[in-house]
Amino acid sequence: MDSRPLSIYIHIPFCVRKCAYCDFLSFPPSGNNIELYMEALLEEIGQMPQLDRSYRVKTVFIGGGTPSCLPPFYISEILCKLKSALVLEASAEITMELNPGTADRESLASYKRAGINRLSIGCQSTDPAILKRLGRIHTREDFFQVYQEAREVGFDNINVDLISSAPGETCDIFQRSLSEIISLKPEHISVYSLIIEPGTPFHQAYGEGKLDLPDEDTVERIDEITGTCLAQAGYQRYEISNYAMPGRECAHNQVYWNREPYLGLGLGAASLLINPNAPYGRRFSNTRDLREYLASPGRVLSEDRVLCKREAMEEFLFLGLRQTGGIEEDSFLRAFGESLLQVFGREIEKQVSQGFMVRDSGRYFYTDRGLELSNILMSEFLD
Amino acid sequence: MDEAHIRNFCIIAHIDHGKSTLADRLIEKTGLLTAREMQDQVLDNMDLERERGITIKSQAVRLVYRAQNGEDYILNLIDTPGHVDFHYEVSRSLAACDGAVLVVDAAQGIEAQTLANVYLALDHDLEVIPVINKIDLPSAEPDRVAHEIEDVIGIEAMDAPRISAKQGVGIEDVLEEIVNKLPPPSGSPDKPLKALIFDSLYDSYRGVIVFMRIVDGSVKKGDKVRFMATGSVNDVVEVGTFGAGRFLPCEELESGMVGYLTASLKDLKETRVGDTVTLADNPCEEALPGYRKVSSMVYCGIYPADSAKYPDLRDALEKLQLNDASLVFEPETSAALGFGFRCGFLGLLHLDIIQERLEREYDLDLVTTAPGVVYKIFKTDGSEMELTNPANMPDPSEIEHMEEPVVAAEIMVSTEFLGAIIKLCQERRGIQTGMEYLETTRVLLKYDLPLNEIIYDFFDALKSRSRGYASFDYELKGYVPSELVKLDILINREYVDALSFIVFKDSAYERGRRMCERLKEEIPRHLFEIPIQAAVGGRIIARETVKAVRKDVLAKCYGGDISRKRKLLEKQKEGKKKMRQIGTVEVPKEAFLSVLKLDED
Repeated sequence: MDSRPLSIYIHIPFCVRKCAYCDFLSFPPSGNNIELYMEALLEEIGQMPQLDRSYRVKTVFIGGGTPSCLPPFYISEILCKLKSALVLEASAEITMELNPGTADRESLASYKRAGINRLSIGCQSTDPAILKRLGRIHTREDFFQVYQEAREVGFDNINVDLISSAPGETCDIFQRSLSEIISLKPEHISVYSLIIEPGTPFHQAYGEGKLDLPDEDTVERIDEITGTCLAQAGYQRYEISNYAMPGRECAHNQVYWNREPYLGLGLGAASLLINPNAPYGRRFSNTRDLREYLASPGRVLSEDRVLCKREAMEEFLFLGLRQTGGIEEDSFLRAFGESLLQVFGREIEKQVSQGFMVRDSGRYFYTDRGLELSNILMSEFLD
Repeated sequence: MDEAHIRNFCIIAHIDHGKSTLADRLIEKTGLLTAREMQDQVLDNMDLERERGITIKSQAVRLVYRAQNGEDYILNLIDTPGHVDFHYEVSRSLAACDGAVLVVDAAQGIEAQTLANVYLALDHDLEVIPVINKIDLPSAEPDRVAHEIEDVIGIEAMDAPRISAKQGVGIEDVLEEIVNKLPPPSGSPDKPLKALIFDSLYDSYRGVIVFMRIVDGSVKKGDKVRFMATGSVNDVVEVGTFGAGRFLPCEELESGMVGYLTASLKDLKETRVGDTVTLADNPCEEALPGYRKVSSMVYCGIYPADSAKYPDLRDALEKLQLNDASLVFEPETSAALGFGFRCGFLGLLHLDIIQERLEREYDLDLVTTAPGVVYKIFKTDGSEMELTNPANMPDPSEIEHMEEPVVAAEIMVSTEFLGAIIKLCQERRGIQTGMEYLETTRVLLKYDLPLNEIIYDFFDALKSRSRGYASFDYELKGYVPSELVKLDILINREYVDALSFIVFKDSAYERGRRMCERLKEEIPRHLFEIPIQAAVGGRIIARETVKAVRKDVLAKCYGGDISRKRKLLEKQKEGKKKMRQIGTVEVPKEAFLSVLKLDED
């Protein structure tokens, strides 16, 4: 069958409560919001109005928000509907995000039955005080219990999310959190350095000078601890914030960084499709307005642009270089018919000479220091 | 109309005492315009002036008034700028008048500019009639102010009209005072033409329009006139008088009258304020006294933020100069800022106005270097030079001595702030030349102050140390020898010419230290460490360091939202574009003005 690989992202915008650092598109459910939303989402999955050709699905990611705050049967309905619309590869990676405060043995079993084969658990910290500062709804005990139960119902591919350098965090607190997670031996660990986003309670507190963020020295040591502890435990860093046991890298996230096509379904979800009309990709997003979305799911877009070659080239760099494997001259040439060095040679040479980038047989990647400064370095590739 | 029925006068006042409002009311009362035609403030033409509440260009208007005695009078109101930057222009406007209406705020009483303007008017032998304005204010004390005027200035004020220009109260009284108390002009219609230029304007159709007061003789279309200082000779194309906001052509201008002439003049420089106009064939014997060429007091470098806009900046400056002969500029090049202009101004307000007009009317984004004064350098080889750009300062070994301009300043302050103001003047190297108690609670302080100590922020400091009550006026006094050095700034070990400035020797260390501190705040962290140093004659006297960035990374790309990531990177890049590249360091344009903020604590 003539079908190409595609990844699917499904957005569940509901959260029991919004965390103090979160600026993503999420809100607590109210009234019959959940029912109305799921009805619309299932309609969008059934019709996929933006889909441009036939595909087979290689990864699915149900994210949010908090997908686990839905009644569990909805997860099953989502996957059933998806399977009736598109072919899922037998080996497809099917991930769902989960908040330890909203899951139990029963719901976990039901996710498993529905076809979820990878869990991403938002733990963020095992320190009670830090969890409270972050505004998480769960306790450390909730996390350990859910993790244990997930293993017991048969999940053999689990990611645990951690946030580092939270307000009030010390090296000791962080190291304890990380060690506790490592001792559970999840297949994958993401460590996100806290970013203060505009519009969040943290941002406001920061502006008022009331946020006790760790100082630069502490942040640097926390990052060192992250690197050494995970490496010692056998996790390989394969992206700025992601570490995995060999072979357990998240296939879905790699799709984003490698500019492979994906379709986002649900409120505000972002997509990249590549077709003859948009050889360098078309990026679009569903509306972020719930009412608009409910009225016409998947048909109202908040952003829709066909990328030009230059933009695609820039993306190739600033996405590819997030990965420790970096970018390959050959793949650039294949994708664009031009030589990487001809287009970006000057800046690449500069970053190599500054010691932020390494060249190794046709491959370029950032050093640890380069990754830490990647925003500044990557911005130099923009026209 | 004969001279007995003409009054040429101006209105003088401290800023905000209501000069423009009174002018509006006089125009309204004399019925030249209907109320509907009245702009808020007819005399202030430019938007900018209205916003700042300051009259920049002097202009004139002719009022026709039927007095209570039943006779018609022509009242020529000559507007004067109210700021010390325009001292010379004020003096020429006053010279065109025979009398002055002194407006004093009924609440605030006499202020520094009130005094300065009155003295200037008396110097020109003007008859001064006081008017007490703003009697509508709850805090008004017209009787106290009348006493103050008598005591401090020594002119009769008990019967001064008590008015509210804002509410239109007492305007008729002012008009009657003008007719009855101000003298008519006293020229000779039969003598050769002698007229004083008190302003001029560039009009793209008519060329330069010369504003003048006819002292003796008369002038009409077709006459051949000579401008005595510049020597320029031209045929008169049109003469006329001033309506409110428009020109009214007439046959002839005679002695005592105020009006304009056009003569196909293309360059404002041919018609200097203060010059005397006479007939080429039948000249007067000597020019009117008091003419001098105005010179710039303050210089700074003005550069386009985007170097591609250099030609636009040049065009804009040329256009502004058409109407402002006191603006001077010449091209200069800075290693740090590229191509730009060294511009000279009458004072800091003048600089501010020009800068704002360039940005607003010509939509230019500018980088301005710290303003400086004109220093005189006497070299060991016996030659002398004027220094307007610190970058051109010769090697100290070639300098025999230097001189800096000093102003005579008058500061009026209430006794409770006297100590603070004296301290401020001492900090600014002031030398007290006098102190008078005007009343038991008010003091007039006289100081000689180096101009470079007052051009940046003296006025602000004065206001903040007197809770806004001190008032200030100054006049250039001359040059005095001074120990001056050039302070250089190095960013990442490179000299930045645009940041150099001349400073009093004993202040160099303190200034350098603060400058480094300030720049450390202004310059964003880079991928590498950046030393910032201050140096005098190659010797480093202060140092700060901008630390390298430790971390700048986007931890997460939410749900594949790549556009968001791109926007973030674009913003980063955009921020960088707004900066000036000095070696490998990006410096925000604000940094070039940081020298100005050194005294903010």
